Amino acid sequence: MSALQIKKGSNKHSAYNLRPTFSDVSEAHTITVLVENEPGVLARVIGLFSGRGYNIDSLTVAEVDHEGHLSRITIVTTGTPQVIEQIKAQLGRIVSVRDVHDLTAEGSSVERELALMKVVSSGEKRVEALRLADIFRANVVDSTLESFIFQLTGAPDKIDAFADLMRPLGLVEVARTGVAALSRGTR
Amino acid sequence: MTRQMTGAKMVVQALKDQGVDTVFGYPGGAVLPIYDEIFQQNDIQHILVRHEQAALHAAEGYARSTGKVGVALVTSGPGATNAVTGLTDALMDSIPLVCLSGQVPTFMIGSDAFQEADTVGITRPCTKHNWLVKDTAKLSSTLHQAFHVASSGRPGPVLIDIPKDVQFASAEYTSKPKAPVGHYQPQVKGDMETITALVEAIENAERPVFYTGGGVINSGPAASQLLRELVDATGIPITSTLMGLGAYPASGKGWLGMLGMHGLYEANLAMHGCDLLINIGARFDDRITGRLDAFSPKSKKAHIDIDPSSINKVIKTDLPIVGDVGHVLEDMLKVWKARGRKVNREGLAKWWRQIEEWKQANCLKYTGSETTIKPQYALQRLEALTKGMDRYITTEVGQHQMWAAQFLGFEDPNRWMTSGGLGTMGYGFPASVGVQVAHPESLVINVAGEASWLMNMQEMGTAVQYRLPVKQFILNNERLGMVRQWQQLLHGERYSSSWSEALPDFVKLAEAFGAKGIICKDPADLDDAIMEMIKHDGPVIFDCLVEKHENCFPMIPSGEPHNKMLLGDAQATNAIAGKGAVLV
Repeated sequence: MSALQIKKGSNKHSAYNLRPTFSDVSEAHTITVLVENEPGVLARVIGLFSGRGYNIDSLTVAEVDHEGHLSRITIVTTGTPQVIEQIKAQLGRIVSVRDVHDLTAEGSSVERELALMKVVSSGEKRVEALRLADIFRANVVDSTLESFIFQLTGAPDKIDAFADLMRPLGLVEVARTGVAALSRGTR
Repeated sequence: MTRQMTGAKMVVQALKDQGVDTVFGYPGGAVLPIYDEIFQQNDIQHILVRHEQAALHAAEGYARSTGKVGVALVTSGPGATNAVTGLTDALMDSIPLVCLSGQVPTFMIGSDAFQEADTVGITRPCTKHNWLVKDTAKLSSTLHQAFHVASSGRPGPVLIDIPKDVQFASAEYTSKPKAPVGHYQPQVKGDMETITALVEAIENAERPVFYTGGGVINSGPAASQLLRELVDATGIPITSTLMGLGAYPASGKGWLGMLGMHGLYEANLAMHGCDLLINIGARFDDRITGRLDAFSPKSKKAHIDIDPSSINKVIKTDLPIVGDVGHVLEDMLKVWKARGRKVNREGLAKWWRQIEEWKQANCLKYTGSETTIKPQYALQRLEALTKGMDRYITTEVGQHQMWAAQFLGFEDPNRWMTSGGLGTMGYGFPASVGVQVAHPESLVINVAGEASWLMNMQEMGTAVQYRLPVKQFILNNERLGMVRQWQQLLHGERYSSSWSEALPDFVKLAEAFGAKGIICKDPADLDDAIMEMIKHDGPVIFDCLVEKHENCFPMIPSGEPHNKMLLGDAQATNAIAGKGAVLV
């Protein structure tokens, strides 16, 4: 008989479309979880990750549908394909979880993060920071004679790049929101 | 007509609406209003246990032996923390439970009040779901939802934490049919394409084997019937996990016996040598697989499970089927029959000849004795003298548990209650209490080791109070037998803390509780003593003094594959070495 056709990605209702697993190579995946907004739901999700030894690289959560009491949790995680499949299946069986999507596996997606960075410097360094901020389209949201707070939105690697540039120019503090993501197109 | 009632009354009303007839529990300050309501009615009987852990295990025994949801009621703080072991046990073995816990009043939560604990926080990882109900108006619908979640999909324990002020306050009662069940609706029907592919594989396989688990029993009696029909019609051999014993009868012609670490030689070699492995409602537990990279190396693997997270968790599956075992087996049988009931007869005949050869190893053989009772002999006699009776068996955890699984035969599902996943010493006695409450007229025997049994011995009080004629069949070797065996295999016979030095006189202990005690140490007296135990109309502690250093064989040493089984003592000393030594 023919081997089972295994498609990319899976959802909480089905394991038929599980991808071939058991590769040793770790990959980063952005997983978005729609949950019922009830007390303790974030603890359930985080507890699953810590209890089973999965990684959380980034996590964001907020209510997205007030009427329907739904929140969206976006998790960036790293693991082998087998671990990623387990994470999705384990998330899917939490009773308060409505839907699990692996944005990395299900086609292209938009990922954005917001960062605030405080840069303390003077003279040429201060001018250079401002010039670079302009290139990165970062906004100045607070200023003193010795400091700026830049607000920057973009994909995580853009924010990483900007932070790397600011470091020698007097970067003292960074606050990042973590990744928010949606799949592209009509899905 | 709207029905206004207090939260406490709602609890009792919802239990009645859910068809609950028994609650196992222990009162305390934070559940007094519920106990007051229980006092004022007669539909639900409350069994007062002696420790909250026992309430959970008794509810497990009740649930496992009836197929219904077990219910436990505990107070806040220590009541809830004592319930944690029972909840975890039920989670690992997929036993449907509803645990109700009292909580300090809502306005005191977070103030470190007397007997306050963060119960939902503590029990979040050891329940399938839990709720803290802060509003009486939401209590009745939460109670109904709790039963739905506990019993649907992969069953498991749930907990509802009810603050005391919520129990006193009044609100409108939502009846069961009106209560929203929520979005939790697990898939029960399997994918037909994959089922057909599995049937096709069954038709062609030369060396197929069914590997079944507790999921068959959880799926209900119909699933066991379908399994029997499928196994007998195809003539494919079947083995089962510890949790699945009884789904296929031990007297059936396809039966190979239990598999796994202390499973039968023929069952494990069949797993190792098969070309088609059909997992039905089991989860490739590490007690089953042994070394993963050498697990059943030549087989195509099919896995039927209602929980998608069980599939591809540890073993890569070629034919994954998510669904309820009963539904999937029904479809499998339909498809198989429609395609002309084909199997590879030639291949199967050759396969069975191979299996018969393996059976010649007679892996359960042991050296008999005329002077001391061998634990295996005790169980063989227990089996012979109770066979055919309306019998339920519970066990504690350890050597006696494995011997019971090897030497007792189970003809029907729901007759065998044991702590498989968590391996909870102290499970068996309270579980036997729960089974006996559900089946007052049946013979309920807890096969125990003396060390496990002592962990919940306070339940003698419960057994005597409710006149529950549970038989505590203790194989007493004055050792933590399984620990001692591992110390022999792994730690050069240095028996660190595995000796029970100050054991009670079990006959006097029984008498102190107002029960009957029997002691037996001579193999010649064993039959009469067992019959005396069975015939006594009341709880019995049977102190069976057995060989002290008997080892449980056959055994797959940890870190080894199925085909590297130890068959006897000659191979045992320091048998676990290398990478296997870190495994449990």
